[in-house]
Amino acid sequence: MTDIQFKVAKTVREAASLMAAAKGKGRILAGGTDLLVQMKAGMVTPGTIIDVKKIPEMVGITETKGSYRIGAATPAAVIGEHKKLRKAWPGVVEAINLIGSTQVQGRASAGGNLCNASPAADSVPALVAAGAIVTIQGPKTRRQVPVEKFNAGPGKTTLKAGEIVVSLTLPARPKTSGDAYLRLIPRTEMDIAVVGVGVSLTMKGDTCVSARVGLGAVAPTVLLVEAAAKALTGSKLDAKALDDAANACSAACRPIDDKRGTIRYRTKIAGVLLRLATAIAADRAKGISRPAHSQQGH
Amino acid sequence: MAKIHVTTTINGAPTEFLCDPSQTLLDVLREQLGLTGSKEGCGSGDCGACSVTVDGRLVCSCLVLAPEAEGAKVETIEGMAKGDKLHPLQKKFIEMAALQCGICTPGFLVASRALLERNNNPTETEIRYWLAGNLCRCTGYDKIIHAVMEVAAEMRGSAK
Repeated sequence: MTDIQFKVAKTVREAASLMAAAKGKGRILAGGTDLLVQMKAGMVTPGTIIDVKKIPEMVGITETKGSYRIGAATPAAVIGEHKKLRKAWPGVVEAINLIGSTQVQGRASAGGNLCNASPAADSVPALVAAGAIVTIQGPKTRRQVPVEKFNAGPGKTTLKAGEIVVSLTLPARPKTSGDAYLRLIPRTEMDIAVVGVGVSLTMKGDTCVSARVGLGAVAPTVLLVEAAAKALTGSKLDAKALDDAANACSAACRPIDDKRGTIRYRTKIAGVLLRLATAIAADRAKGISRPAHSQQGH
Repeated sequence: MAKIHVTTTINGAPTEFLCDPSQTLLDVLREQLGLTGSKEGCGSGDCGACSVTVDGRLVCSCLVLAPEAEGAKVETIEGMAKGDKLHPLQKKFIEMAALQCGICTPGFLVASRALLERNNNPTETEIRYWLAGNLCRCTGYDKIIHAVMEVAAEMRGSAK
């Protein structure tokens, strides 16, 4: 085994400097639920492992005027226990809480789920629907990018050398808003999405005044489906609007055939899940509490 | 390769060890500290046989690097019984035959305790989801789930 360094960064800038100094061989350790598995499989041999969990900015949730900033390394279980966040963004929280088992939830983070860059990452379609902004720290400068522009392909991000993800910010939105994330898996738990759909809506009475739709596991990266959002916006979420939005989701699909689902099946399910997730998001926007998935033990 | 010196607390006892940067907590528990109750099933976070708590949070110790234990409080299966006095979950697992070969049992016990510490009135569904990351390949899950439900009921009874 080569000489691996283990460093605990105390500040975001220190972490970014360590990343830059590692010259492409640095790996950020948040929950490690992907990194350690990849190391064991020999897929990754880091020069330096940089633990970022001692950086306060990266492991907490803060609210400012209705906007929530989630530290990139915050464990999913901590996110699920945050009552105000769960009330404000139930779809985002339930998507994050779908990643792996209770044990994995104790460690896995939204920042890690994003940086692992799987097209089937559960949290990402919900974050795309939410309009989440990614804050990135480089050795010298900080920048922000919409979450849907962050990944470049399976396993590939747009991070440049020495850059790390610091946090995810969910914007403030009107009270009459709701979001939902649904995924299709053959089992009921502990599985990888065949298709995942996130929907976020703002309603004014019975009319949808704004919408965003994120679609996962049907293309090399999670997609923002603007045509589906356009079909919903301005409508009363009537049959035609839902048909148009579902068709837009199916049309956006560029999936692969694999053991988890065929191209045809994924394309169809994208539309099915859009309808179901829209109904849940709309109920939540009207203040009707709707569980999307089976009740978990916390 | 330079070893890392780690100071931690395991089952309430201050503990120090030396480890490699990429060694897992499970490795150190089993190979260096002689705490072989935590089992290595898959080594990739899928089976839960290595479940421990770190600062009260249920995790797979195979997915924790040993240096991360610095300053933390680690609880393993070895800390569950107090001397000869078994934890109520351990007693109930024996009484209700919620184990067969026993490899998965430490993980199930540690995970079940973490659940009951948070919620002493879980539904059967909640228990099944909470324990979905603990795999058993011989007993089957029903006996395990029912044992956890029984202990929860006893806890509620004695809390009255």
